[in-house]
Amino acid sequence: MTNLLRHRLFWPIAVLVVLLASNLVFSNNFFTITLQDGHLYGSLIDILRRSAPLVLVALGMTLVISTGGIDLSVGSVMAISGALACLLIGDLSNPDSTTSVLLVVGAAIALCLVFGLWNGFLVAVLGIQPIIATLILMVAGRGVAQLITDGQILNVHSAPYRVIGAGYFLAVPVSFLIAAAAVALTVALTRRTALGLLLESVGGSPTASRLAGIRARRITIMVYVFAAAFAGVAGLIYSSDVSSADSNAAGNLIELNAILAVVLGGTALTGGRFSIAGSVLGAVIITTLDITAVSVGVPVETTLLFKAIVVIILCLAQSPTFRAKVFGRFATKKAATREAVAA
Amino acid sequence: MVLQMTGIRKVFPGVVALDGVDFRLLPGEIHALMGENGAGKSTLIKVLTGVYDIDGGQIELAGEQVRFTGPLQAQQAGISTVYQEVNLCPNLSVAENIFIGREPRRFGRIHWSEMRKRAHTSLARLDLDIDVSAQLDSYSLAIQQMVAIARATDVGNTKVLILDEPTSSLDASEVEQLFAVMRRLKDENVAILFVSHFLDQVYEIADRMTVLRNGRLIGEYRTAELPQMQLVSKMIGKDLEALEQIEEHAREAPRQETKIIEAKGLGRTGSIAPFDLTIHAGEVVGLAGLLGSGRTELARLLFGADRPDSGELDVDGTPAKFHSPRDAMTKGIAFSSENRRTEGIIGELTVRENIILALQAARGWTRPIPRRRQDELVDKYVKALQIRPADPERLVRDLSGGNQQKVLLARWLITEPRLLIIDEPTRGIDVGAKAEIQRLVAELADGGMAVLFVSAELEEVLRLSHKIEVLRDRRLVEELVNTDDVDADRIMQTIASGTTGATP
Repeated sequence: MTNLLRHRLFWPIAVLVVLLASNLVFSNNFFTITLQDGHLYGSLIDILRRSAPLVLVALGMTLVISTGGIDLSVGSVMAISGALACLLIGDLSNPDSTTSVLLVVGAAIALCLVFGLWNGFLVAVLGIQPIIATLILMVAGRGVAQLITDGQILNVHSAPYRVIGAGYFLAVPVSFLIAAAAVALTVALTRRTALGLLLESVGGSPTASRLAGIRARRITIMVYVFAAAFAGVAGLIYSSDVSSADSNAAGNLIELNAILAVVLGGTALTGGRFSIAGSVLGAVIITTLDITAVSVGVPVETTLLFKAIVVIILCLAQSPTFRAKVFGRFATKKAATREAVAA
Repeated sequence: MVLQMTGIRKVFPGVVALDGVDFRLLPGEIHALMGENGAGKSTLIKVLTGVYDIDGGQIELAGEQVRFTGPLQAQQAGISTVYQEVNLCPNLSVAENIFIGREPRRFGRIHWSEMRKRAHTSLARLDLDIDVSAQLDSYSLAIQQMVAIARATDVGNTKVLILDEPTSSLDASEVEQLFAVMRRLKDENVAILFVSHFLDQVYEIADRMTVLRNGRLIGEYRTAELPQMQLVSKMIGKDLEALEQIEEHAREAPRQETKIIEAKGLGRTGSIAPFDLTIHAGEVVGLAGLLGSGRTELARLLFGADRPDSGELDVDGTPAKFHSPRDAMTKGIAFSSENRRTEGIIGELTVRENIILALQAARGWTRPIPRRRQDELVDKYVKALQIRPADPERLVRDLSGGNQQKVLLARWLITEPRLLIIDEPTRGIDVGAKAEIQRLVAELADGGMAVLFVSAELEEVLRLSHKIEVLRDRRLVEELVNTDDVDADRIMQTIASGTTGATP
């Protein structure tokens, strides 16, 4: 039992279960999943579909944070990738050609890789503090996106492009499949190779890692490139879902949600040990929270407050200091009684 | 009696760290706490300072039974501690460091002039006259240590002062300075608990000593009545024959004449003057010199941790340029830093992960070492080096200093280097582990590995090395072949006088 309680994913899972259970009580049909036109529908499917961008961004953020860094620019990168994709699709002679759309997607992601390299260069080569280095792109990136779209909201009509964010494959949302594939890729990349160990080592102590022969610089650049690439895909999902590029709304504040997801999942902001499962769970919790607020009928103006309260509870539950303070007294009393009985 | 601990028991998951230990301190005495790594010294100190709660036993301070729930409480009760690594803020001024958290105030604002005045007085008590408004890290480690002591004893009612390895990074004259301060405090009737691995220092300063082994009390002795050899055998629980055998053995080892590395005029401005140095296979080269004489700086150049700005380096007779430690590793060079905690171990990783780290780094992230192979390698070295506890999945930060050092040695040994550079591998380590590490170095050299052995302890350098490089003021001043007529005095002479006639 105590082993279960100590597991680092215990509290995130518990909160998710409680959230879902509250839906069971307060809203009708929350758990109903129906099949319409070969697509699965229902609130649960909604959660999976709408979590996808945040899961993607949180994955990249986890790797960045594990090296002791942070990436504030992911939201802007999302906007840039959506903007470029929509611009290029608008210029296509046949926007319904799958090949052309794939090329466009490739171009958008390639641009994101360049921005990731830029972040990595600032952090690893020039030694600028990650929060500042990525702040540059966070601010400038929105500007770049607006430049690409000429300050307008670009609407596109392309069936293949729409599949990315709003399509279904074998009745399952494509965006969910993309996110799942990204999770699998990240897990394979970090745990099947030695990348995870080296990341944790660099995050734990950059100096010691360098003296152990780890090329910390290269690894640091790599995680920023990853973060930007995943953010780029997230941006495509977002813009495809709404069939337009909105440079202001795309990925707005997602960097903060992603950081929150990582922290909820039990990865410390100081770097080192990280948990991919935890971050994914964190992202799903945040999305569930948004959806629950609506389904339970929390008034729109109090949604943010509702969210904050749940997050506070989860953070407190995960804090060993808080647990010791609240339950510690109880525990010592119990131990004392036990000793007294034994005596 | 100022402090009386009886039947102290402290249990960690799977380990009994302290098993019914009694300990007492008299006012105005310097009391040494002796024992190997993992004997329970640190745990006892942490219990005494309120960092750990006890699972059994009693603590009486000045006749009253106490139970501390935190370090602050212990401090308020009159127990102050100065830890091995100075726990101060290097970027604050000396005065701020002494008064941090209890600044003298006037109308709710910090009374700066009063603070500086009081800081000055409290340092004057320790015979130290320095500018208290200067930043702490502008002073030497010894001075920083004094500042830590001033901070610890300024509380006013200090009854017990705990000094945990205070001398481990001080040179001889600084140690004398510290001892003068300790004697002064002793005259003020403060009971001082002194932990050190330097036996000579313990015999110089301590009045009495308590010996622990494996969490148990071995005994309490007057320093004058317990000869060094007996003390050591009480600490390790066996006699020292093994340790003495090394000496003859290492010196007689045959020298092979394959050059592994040759530095020609290699140097770096501000850290080490250009030097020439050749290291052959199977040779143990000792680097001797005072703290700050450039020992570490020289070693770092050979490993590519710093870049030289003059001279050249030949590996196997061909010129090599190291841009990073990794380049040196590919040439078969390994380097274990003297700063175990900041440049060595990765605390939050396990013993296994720490041990395979360098080998994994050398292979690159795309070629992970299969888990079975990892377990084999780790298991082999945990056994060979007697790393305790022998649990590869334990976090390395939970291990004692000596065992962390062995983990680092294991990290480099599994890379099978041809030249192993070890910087102060025996610092802060007990006699038993020290002997093990020395024996290991001798064995490795017999097996054909070249070892560059950096140590502040001349005895150790003399015992192990085939030749000794003497450094002074960031300059390699002499190379001595370790023949019978070379002894500690001879080296000290060189260190003291600089160049001798023999040096070009």
